[in-house]
Amino acid sequence: MTLPDDATIELGHGGGGRLSQQLINGLLVPAFGPADGVLHDAAVLPEQAGRLAFTTDSFVVRPLLFPGGDIGSLAVCGSVNDLAMAGATPLALSLALILEEGLPIATLRQVIASIRRSAAACGVAVVTGDTKVVERGKGDGIFINTSAVGRLEHSLTIHPRAVRPGDAVLVSGDLGRHGLAILAARNELGLRSPLESDVAPLLEPVQALLAAGLELHGLRDLTRGGLASAIDELARGAGCRITLEEAVIPLHPAVDGACQLLGLDPLALANEGRMVVLLPEAEADAALAVLRRFRSEACRIGTVGGPLEQATELERRHPVRLRGNLGVLRPLELGRGEQLPRIC
Amino acid sequence: MSSDGAQALLTAIHASCHHPWTLMEVCGGQTHALLRHGIDRLLPAQLELIHGPGCPVCVTASEQLDQAIALAEHPGLILCSYGDMLRVPASDGRTLLGARARGADVRVVYAPLDVLAIARANPERRVVFLAVGFETTAPATALLALQAQAAAIRNLELLVCHVRVPPVLDQMLSEPACRVQAVLAAGHVCTVMGEEAYVELVARHRRPIVITGFSAEELLRGILAAVRQLEAGEHRLENAYPPAVRAGGNSAGQALLEQVFEPVDAPWRGLGVISAGGYRLKAPFDQFAARPDHAVGWAAAPESTADCPAAAVLQGLIKPHQCPHFARRCTPDQPLGAPMVSSEGACAAYHRYQG
Repeated sequence: MTLPDDATIELGHGGGGRLSQQLINGLLVPAFGPADGVLHDAAVLPEQAGRLAFTTDSFVVRPLLFPGGDIGSLAVCGSVNDLAMAGATPLALSLALILEEGLPIATLRQVIASIRRSAAACGVAVVTGDTKVVERGKGDGIFINTSAVGRLEHSLTIHPRAVRPGDAVLVSGDLGRHGLAILAARNELGLRSPLESDVAPLLEPVQALLAAGLELHGLRDLTRGGLASAIDELARGAGCRITLEEAVIPLHPAVDGACQLLGLDPLALANEGRMVVLLPEAEADAALAVLRRFRSEACRIGTVGGPLEQATELERRHPVRLRGNLGVLRPLELGRGEQLPRIC
Repeated sequence: MSSDGAQALLTAIHASCHHPWTLMEVCGGQTHALLRHGIDRLLPAQLELIHGPGCPVCVTASEQLDQAIALAEHPGLILCSYGDMLRVPASDGRTLLGARARGADVRVVYAPLDVLAIARANPERRVVFLAVGFETTAPATALLALQAQAAAIRNLELLVCHVRVPPVLDQMLSEPACRVQAVLAAGHVCTVMGEEAYVELVARHRRPIVITGFSAEELLRGILAAVRQLEAGEHRLENAYPPAVRAGGNSAGQALLEQVFEPVDAPWRGLGVISAGGYRLKAPFDQFAARPDHAVGWAAAPESTADCPAAAVLQGLIKPHQCPHFARRCTPDQPLGAPMVSSEGACAAYHRYQG
């Protein structure tokens, strides 16, 4: 039943026959269980009191392995972080793999080990899963979907609609490391970067904020659209304007420099281990003290303004504004979702 | 950037400016920085900024794009260019991005030498590089031609659309209707080409030209220098970007240009044919000149689409938001013309920073 490292994924590994069994029993069951090796169609979770949170996310990153992480750690942190944004502690994780014919078993083994490590670090088990294989050229090595269910152990409503005018906007660390690490790893730009991806679970900082008794109104993890997308969605969801102070938004000098060189917008660069926190202004300092136990660059970057119903047409089109270094406000524009470097 | 330094420069500009003046910043990167920092709103009201033609994507002639799209549609051909070029509408509104969606092999490159690797990896296919940009990017295209020649690469073709800044400034400043009283020249171009051509322009047009950088402080320093000259009735070439620009420029870059290119009369989108306004390959590098698709007429295509007054924007005759289509029919996602597409286009800058 062992899978040799120099073997590659074949169509049969997803076909439900002997090869599928080899893959499941040789690689997946040893990594995730169940301990007795007996598989069932559905996992049954223990009875829970109170509210549950449920989320799903798919992962298609290229390259599969990059400085600071890989598609496996991303797939676990992605769903665990989505739960954390509701203030939920994860109970169980599902794992669906779509593998491309020809994928080296050694790469798959590395990704599975990473999923296992990341899940253990978050205190969550992979309790159900699925594997399919597509023909060579029809996938990009590995696509992963994870879903996660979690339990709310607080009585707050953490939701964009709970955000109030006057709330402080905090960010949990510096921005853009994941986007830059991926760009550098693709090796298309001749760009070398000392930075690793920021991929990390946000469970602990959120639990620490809750344990401090803070009245969290909004949480949002910063993913592919960067701070720009997250804050724009929050503003629209809250129905309020938001003003950010450009000068204090934390950037590592390597991110800042690469963005200037390539014409990229650091606020639209992807992150995988950062979040924004919106809460009453009076609690901002206490929340920052908690966040800085995890990352020293955490800081306050802005303030929630008045309701959009009373705003101008321009403000409704661009609910978030950025105050530049010279004090002039400008609308925060979202990237098209495909950052194009400038050419002169 | 130190905002204290910028504030001091702003104060000095307000103290120095006693008359209405019209300045033109040449480069699209400068236009974006001016709007991004809101400098246009912090300057004295009598100081007007006209946004110049220094956006390479915006001024690439539509017939050259027509040609690129026609070539891209040849089966088996690989067409390479910079990302911004893919979304610019050609004379009939089509784009390279659309050609790619219909199955053409159109690839984004970040540096010309990337094209060499693509040509090597696909020896049986024609690989065409749509080379655009000013004197800043032309040396890298020249290096590509030199390396392709040294390596005896046979399947590489260059569709050269490089353009030269001094001739277009010369032509714009010669127009009787030109309102520009002083020019903020593009620091990056001068980093390569040096000051010489601009000394001649100052002498011929008797207007101040200030070599200017791209940060808020550098832009304000350039504006202050221009205002002081105008108020004093002077006209000199002044370098307000001294850390980057030496009088002689970058001699290695100039040598590459000299070796591979020669000036040629060239079409600028919206501005017409500019005398010596572009580069073409000279022998023996003309062996790499792209073999045109003869189905596409080089002269027949219009300068810009009937609905898009890009020409007036590029000449500073109207501001982007004065266009009837601005932010209505024409947006960065659905552009009518090139200045709304490019990351350095004036219309894109107004849309982005002033909505």
